[in-house]
Amino acid sequence: MKIPRQPMPERDPQERKRNFKEVPHGYTPELAQKEAERCLQCPKPPCIKGCPVEIDIPRFIELIYEGKFSEAAKKIKETNSLPAICGRVCPQEEQCEEVCVLSKKFQPVAIGHLERFCADWEREHEEIEVPEILPSTEKRVAVVGSGPGGLTVAGDLIKLGHQVTIFEALHKPGGVLVYGIPEFRLPKAIVQSEVDYLQAMGVEVKCSFVIGRLMTIDELFQDGYHAVYVGTGAGAPSFLNIPGENLNGILSANEFLTRSNLMKAYSFPEADTPIFTGKRVAVLGGGNTAMDSVRTGLRLGAEHAYIVYRRSQAEMPARATEIHHAEEEGIEFIMLTNPVRFIGDEGGWVKGMECLRMELGEPDESGRRRPVPIEGSNFIMDVDTVIIAVGNSSNPLVQQTTPGLDTNRWGNITVTSETMQTSRKAIYAGGDIVTGGATVIQAAGAGKIAARAIDAYLKTL
Amino acid sequence: MVKILKHQRLNETNFRIVFDSSLVAKKIKPGQFMVLRIREEGERIPMSLADMDPEKGTVTVIYQVIGQSTTLLSTKKVGEEICDLVGPMGVASHYPEKGNFMVIGGGIGIAPIHPTAREAKKRGLYVIGIIGARTKDLLFYEEQMQKVTDELYVTTDDGSYGKKGFVTDALKELHQRGKKIDHILAIGPVPMMKFVCSTTRPMGIPTWVSLNPIMIDATGMCGVCRVSVGGKTKFACVDGPDFDGHQVDFDLLTKRLSMYESYEKQSLEKFKKECTKEAALKKA
Ligand SMILES: Cc1cc2nc3c(=O)[nH]c(=O)nc-3n(C[C@H](O)[C@H](O)[C@H](O)COP(=O)(O)OP(=O)(O)OC[C@H]3O[C@@H](n4cnc5c(N)ncnc54)[C@H](O)[C@@H]3O)c2cc1C
Ligand SMILES: Cc1cc2nc3c(=O)[nH]c(=O)nc-3n(C[C@H](O)[C@H](O)[C@H](O)COP(=O)(O)OP(=O)(O)OC[C@H]3O[C@@H](n4cnc5c(N)ncnc54)[C@H](O)[C@@H]3O)c2cc1C
Ligand code: SF4
Ligand code: SF4
Ligand code: FES
Repeated sequence: MKIPRQPMPERDPQERKRNFKEVPHGYTPELAQKEAERCLQCPKPPCIKGCPVEIDIPRFIELIYEGKFSEAAKKIKETNSLPAICGRVCPQEEQCEEVCVLSKKFQPVAIGHLERFCADWEREHEEIEVPEILPSTEKRVAVVGSGPGGLTVAGDLIKLGHQVTIFEALHKPGGVLVYGIPEFRLPKAIVQSEVDYLQAMGVEVKCSFVIGRLMTIDELFQDGYHAVYVGTGAGAPSFLNIPGENLNGILSANEFLTRSNLMKAYSFPEADTPIFTGKRVAVLGGGNTAMDSVRTGLRLGAEHAYIVYRRSQAEMPARATEIHHAEEEGIEFIMLTNPVRFIGDEGGWVKGMECLRMELGEPDESGRRRPVPIEGSNFIMDVDTVIIAVGNSSNPLVQQTTPGLDTNRWGNITVTSETMQTSRKAIYAGGDIVTGGATVIQAAGAGKIAARAIDAYLKTL
Repeated sequence: MVKILKHQRLNETNFRIVFDSSLVAKKIKPGQFMVLRIREEGERIPMSLADMDPEKGTVTVIYQVIGQSTTLLSTKKVGEEICDLVGPMGVASHYPEKGNFMVIGGGIGIAPIHPTAREAKKRGLYVIGIIGARTKDLLFYEEQMQKVTDELYVTTDDGSYGKKGFVTDALKELHQRGKKIDHILAIGPVPMMKFVCSTTRPMGIPTWVSLNPIMIDATGMCGVCRVSVGGKTKFACVDGPDFDGHQVDFDLLTKRLSMYESYEKQSLEKFKKECTKEAALKKA
């Protein structure tokens, strides 16, 4: 292999760690074409199977190589309507890139970087062209939740001539893409342009509309909708249920990130919503949410920003790139450590966290080695902010208010995987509300399947 | 965007505002609340339902001017719009099956108890009301409350109107006189609700309160509204806002409400400065 993998140009860690500007700059056309040249154009490309929505990866890369960037973007959009987003946040190293033939001996083709390049190039160089829309079928579809799953369903169905309305509880559409993932990883303008695109195609977006409160799903049917897609995500934050958890200064990652991202509190007092960050911030957890929180904490002025995780770094579920970025920015990783209680001052503010050291034992159901506490290893960490990022469960509102909608023991909606149909006719579901916290592309993939099934169902009416 | 149809100053700190929101007006029930966002870069502020008119498609909120967001709201004129109003949020009020139902409203808490009292009367309950304020000028809705209660008692802390004393004094007196009270809903400032609960606990009267922790999304997504009830953590926005007051940890609620105090001051000061600037510009 003559050409090495082309690195992504990035902001300097010292500069970026105090602002919210996007970290990677993106490939230039030259870099993209050079990287595209690395692809072997395998006759039986394994990379396609590694992508949950089966993008024709070699073909779009070939188009980049030929300098046909716009066509490359269109190729991707045949199967993935959110390439600018997925190119940025997909865990490529576990999906398409992991199985790239080059990854055995060399570094895999930078499929994600190339995907992002095409999408950005198209957005920056071309008028958004509204694709051809089939004649109206007069069939109405309600999409509940505007995360990547809901956006995908809406895009696919509107093109087929159905009328689509998205109902979103918050005041801005995008789901986790808007309230969870920070600006420095996914600029909000990109999410907005995806929504603008859907609206240009005729999708109606109703924000500040909580299904289950303002209208139930059955009322949507009464109102004339023919089918419903539920993509309400896994939005309910888990806590540790240990003493002191309700002290001031202890918050869920969802609260911290929502303040910063959705409410723009990082620009307080320009925006009206405040955000609290102390000087010594501990984030509990090891996933993407934990990385996003700790790096946000740093950008808001923490002197020490820690990741406290009960297993070792090898078991952290966060994307490798994000862990690497966090390390570069000076995040301190405290591994094999588990808090057992929080200590408060008289005013009710957290000032310390009692922790236990852990060691790794036998693998558990998830295949990761189970952390076992080391007896008597208790110690106290000096902290003034604690952000809990140990996972989310599903918000029960839609399930509670929709009779006959089956759920599993975690409260997730159960579906038939070929169609994403729930236990109720004409109600489909996908994304985190079905799988529990997963990935953007999995939610988008579920949306694709559901859209196909909904279209087939609507044709029978 | 949501249009303001009426906006009226009730007294020095309290305003009554009517919004055009026909879907919410049809759905919302007493005890539930809404979340308002006034301007694009604005906060999401929770406000209880003070009244609704499903036919006209309107909802009414009564609010107290406290910090930046409520000050900003108070400057909005009839015909102007706010960015959004989302609701109904939370669970509706609880009513006993039968018997004497007492509603207690302190200060701004008079607003949310009014629709609940009206509904209770509709359900055939005997409704006893106690409303109180610091002083006569801060009292509102006495006439409206008269209409929806079978008995109404009014107190002011300074004795400038009604009975001098706290709402709990009126409650104690009624209890001593042997008045049968089966169920209480008390809404008002945290110290008042706490005091009502410590008064009714020895009397053995089930007492519900409406908690007002800091909220953001009010959909159960962020957990900022955590309250402790019977030793268990609850999210007030989805599990409440009404809870069994004898189980509530009021001291925790008070502490949690203070979390953003210094920021809120900063925000209000900045806003006032902007207003002064704007006024100066207008003059020039
Ligand atoms: C901080 C963070 C970082 C992440 N980083 C990554 C990453 O780098 N890469 C990756 O692939 N994945 C990442 N994920 C996971 C990914 O974001 C999710 O898997 C994905 O967003 C799920 O999409 P969804 O379509 O199920 O809906 P969601 O994005 O969860 O959105 C659901 C939407 O439904 C709305 N809603 C809920 N209830 C109602 C109701 N009753 N009525 C109306 N609307 C309602 C919610 O307000 C929300 O907007 C991250 C998640 C978090 C929290
Ligand atoms: C379910 C619910 C229903 C409510 N109903 C009403 C109502 O009908 N009328 C009304 O006037 N107010 C109501 N409130 C309180 C109202 O939301 C706050 O007064 C408002 O958010 C203050 O905003 P601000 O920017 O003006 O003040 P801020 O500057 O944000 O706050 C100033 C001070 O007010 C306190 N505070 C902050 N947020 C809240 C809060 N959510 N609740 C109580 N105190 C708070 C804090 O101690 C803070 O230091 C309700 C609150 C909840 C949670
Ligand atoms: S969508 Fe994700 S998995 Fe699929 S090709 Fe793009 S980066 Fe890879
Ligand atoms: S596996 Fe790798 S080299 Fe082969 S086609 Fe896919 S990206 Fe190109
Ligand atoms: S306000 Fe966010 S969970 Fe209650």
